[in-house]
Amino acid sequence: MWRYLIPIGVFAVLAAFFVRGLSLNPRYVPSPLLGKPAPEFELPRLKDPGQRLGSQDLNGQVALLNVWATWCVGCRQEHGFLVELAEANDVPIYGLNWKDDRARALGWLSSLGDPYVASAFDELGEVAIDWGVYGAPETFLLARDGTVLYKHIAPLTREVWAAEFVPRIIEQCGGLPCPPADGEG
Amino acid sequence: MRYSLMALGCLLSLGTALAIDPEPPFEDPALEATYQELINEVRCLVCQNQTIADSNAPLASDLRREIRKMMGEGASRAEVIDFLVARYGDFVLYRPPFQPTTWALWGAPVFLLAIGAVVFGRILRVRLRQPLGESDPLDETTS
Amino acid sequence: MIPELGQFALILALGLTLIQASVPLLGAATQREDWMALARPAATGQFVFVAVAFLALCHAFLNDDFSVRYVAMNSNTALPTAYKIAAVWGAHEGSLLLWILILSTWTLAVTVGSRSLPEAFAARVLGVLGIVSVGMLVFTLLTSNPFERLFPAAAEGNDLNPLLQDPGLVMHPPILYSGYVGLAVPFAFAVAALLTGSLSSAWARWARPWTVAAWMFLTVGIALGSWWAYYELGWGGWWFWDPVENASFMPWLAGTALIHSLAVTERRGIFKSWTLLLAIAAFSLSLLGTFLVRSGILVSVHAFASDPARGLFILLLLSVITGGSLILYAVRARHLTVEGGFRLISRESFLLMNNILLVVATAAVLFGTLYPLFLDALGLGKISVGPPYFNTVFLIPMLPLAVLIGVGMHSAWLRTSGESLARRLALPAGVALALGITIPWLVFGRASALTMIGVSAGLWVVGAALLEPVKRVLRRGAAPMPLTRGQWGMSFAHLGVGVFILGATVTSSYNVETDSSASPGDRWEVDGYELVFRDIRRIQGPNFEATEGEFEVRRDGRLVTILTPQKRVYRVQTSPMTEAAIDVGWGRDLFVALGDPLGDGAWSLRVQVKPLIRFIWLGALIMAFGGLLAISDPRYRTKRARQEAALDPQPAESV
Repeated sequence: MWRYLIPIGVFAVLAAFFVRGLSLNPRYVPSPLLGKPAPEFELPRLKDPGQRLGSQDLNGQVALLNVWATWCVGCRQEHGFLVELAEANDVPIYGLNWKDDRARALGWLSSLGDPYVASAFDELGEVAIDWGVYGAPETFLLARDGTVLYKHIAPLTREVWAAEFVPRIIEQCGGLPCPPADGEG
Repeated sequence: MRYSLMALGCLLSLGTALAIDPEPPFEDPALEATYQELINEVRCLVCQNQTIADSNAPLASDLRREIRKMMGEGASRAEVIDFLVARYGDFVLYRPPFQPTTWALWGAPVFLLAIGAVVFGRILRVRLRQPLGESDPLDETTS
Repeated sequence: MIPELGQFALILALGLTLIQASVPLLGAATQREDWMALARPAATGQFVFVAVAFLALCHAFLNDDFSVRYVAMNSNTALPTAYKIAAVWGAHEGSLLLWILILSTWTLAVTVGSRSLPEAFAARVLGVLGIVSVGMLVFTLLTSNPFERLFPAAAEGNDLNPLLQDPGLVMHPPILYSGYVGLAVPFAFAVAALLTGSLSSAWARWARPWTVAAWMFLTVGIALGSWWAYYELGWGGWWFWDPVENASFMPWLAGTALIHSLAVTERRGIFKSWTLLLAIAAFSLSLLGTFLVRSGILVSVHAFASDPARGLFILLLLSVITGGSLILYAVRARHLTVEGGFRLISRESFLLMNNILLVVATAAVLFGTLYPLFLDALGLGKISVGPPYFNTVFLIPMLPLAVLIGVGMHSAWLRTSGESLARRLALPAGVALALGITIPWLVFGRASALTMIGVSAGLWVVGAALLEPVKRVLRRGAAPMPLTRGQWGMSFAHLGVGVFILGATVTSSYNVETDSSASPGDRWEVDGYELVFRDIRRIQGPNFEATEGEFEVRRDGRLVTILTPQKRVYRVQTSPMTEAAIDVGWGRDLFVALGDPLGDGAWSLRVQVKPLIRFIWLGALIMAFGGLLAISDPRYRTKRARQEAALDPQPAESV
């Protein structure tokens, strides 16, 4: 009777999931921070350890936070594009230098260009953990009130910028580049 | 592309799966036991096929350090788990949490066993009504 | 030149296999003897050409032919010769060729061993095996060609992944594949039976030794993988419920159920649906494993270079083979039911419970392995399902099964009286329970409920398995009936299960693991052993350099052993690798692994004491040995089998 159809039925369901699964990436870990306020942090600056860089510097503007390191191959790949973005000056780019060597990081920026308004130096990686970082490079898009709008894992490319970041920035700002905030929340 | 580099690095470093903490264990054996249990249930997000107890990735040792610090300050197991899930999502736990999306997962074995029992009952009922045929004379019994 | 010959040989093999996969099946449907007779020569030809192709690839490796891309990616001139051969199956393309070689070898074996089968049936079996071969050959030639050239040729190869440069890993894939792929034979038998439209208990007798043979290889292959992971990966674990480990374990569970179901079908002619479905399931799970490993759909340490396009192809193959056979099952199986009563307490009843529990276990493992995919595909988030889940869930059907193993072995067919069983088994049960409760406390000073249950279960299975053999041996003077090889095989196989349960329980419960830091000259104590860090030095290997530590281990003052763990850096791939030093013993393993230098001459170290861990693999070997005994039972080779085959009625309807 019908019970003989159960095996093929189960298989059909499994096969459907497998087909769907082939277009998914099992290694990708989505961020639970999306839509939530960005974690508070305060760290010494990379270029000037006496000064601090923290959440209060990022608030009030639509900004990018890019997690990078000299030991990260993908960061090297995206660096050129970041420099381009910085020159276009649509949104400010802040850096989080993750578990790096200060001297090497400074050398890297001076020879390859510095796209960052400022970079925070996260020597121990504690702030990175708070942000749920697991594989550099990662780039966060932050709203004026500090909400995490989007997180991209892997080198930032022109295509991803256009497809994921630009629409969200335009939604926040009404256009590109973002007009400077003047006292509105 | 980056993923395959990461995966390759992890595969090659599997042999160095000596995520050995240089710090001494906790004085309190119960606390140390909880710590060991926890780090063996947290997934390393870099090399995604190991626990942070076995992974040599820098993130793994950072997470162990954080967990150690939190437990040293008195955080409970549940608090540590909440901390990790808030940052990395449920993916970071090898023991899936018991929540609506995982009811089917946790319920499956018992459910399957129940179905098995029903199936057994029905087959047995049919067979009980049938005459006992003769066994094949070719084969021996053990009793 | 030779690589091109190899590729050409594969194409020729494909041509012959296309014939093997089509003509005999049509011949069986239309009763054309000459078409059916093509099956054996075609299958033999396939084997010859696949073997040629495989040898061509080996030749390329042995001659360091880095103009072949696959060789350049996986070999190196400094690689020791044995590993150059192992490198043939070290990555995706070559391992596929190995898969195909093993399938054609099994097919060849069926060609030879099927002479007592009715011609139409044998033609169908070979035809179905041919269909599988065609699928894999097309997959290889279209998407995963090992003979692809590299222009310009590389000057030096990439070297074999250092993790794979190890004897355990040399043997693991061929043996595992022999098991995995060997399950295609009972699968082909099942499909042939469905195509024929009838299923006799003689069929079950033919299928059983093939199934047991494949199962044996699978048992040893899985055990090898577990053992390799234990000593090579440096964390002292032996099973991680990694998706690809599960992918090999599920066919094993289904194969075990199949062997037992075949026993019932052979004896009483009932459970035909179960047997057919299990035969289809076992091989389908093997194919599923191939899909999971090579498609990139799940995260796994084993995953070959994953490629969704390849994944789609294998999925297509899986759909045709599994889907096709399940549709055939849906159409044909209902006509196969047969009368045959039995009572609640009877061997049939226990074997039915066995079937059900093993299927529950298989389904639970499958569900857990695929669940993250289910949730992700439905957009419900990402979770991980790991050892904490599987370790708990697996016990749910397995603990009852362990108890039933002992009882089922001693039950008679048709019906057994509960009292006679109880009388027989009360003593072994009681002894097992008593020892299981007391020994852990006596030896280790502590025991959890689960530990006591596990040890009792293990001792119970061991006792139940040895009961008959021991009785026969003790009663020798009174000229008892000797046990057949089949019965010895059963006893040994179940003994192996009991030994495994003991090993797994004890090592999980009483494993001692300590991380510490030490410098040369330090001495410290772990679990009753005294360790002295004597020395640290640099040494050279054939294709690596290493730092080696020397540790003296004493117990009660007497020297137990000297252990020399190493930290190696392979010259080509330059990533550090740990070689743990293990002192092997039946009672326990002592495990020392070198970590990282901490400065000032100090090193981080991991020391483990793992009681009874050898029992895990010993149990598997005993199980496999039991299988070997069972196959060698002469009843599978008597003329009688052929006579019976001749007498078996084949219905007029087919295909």
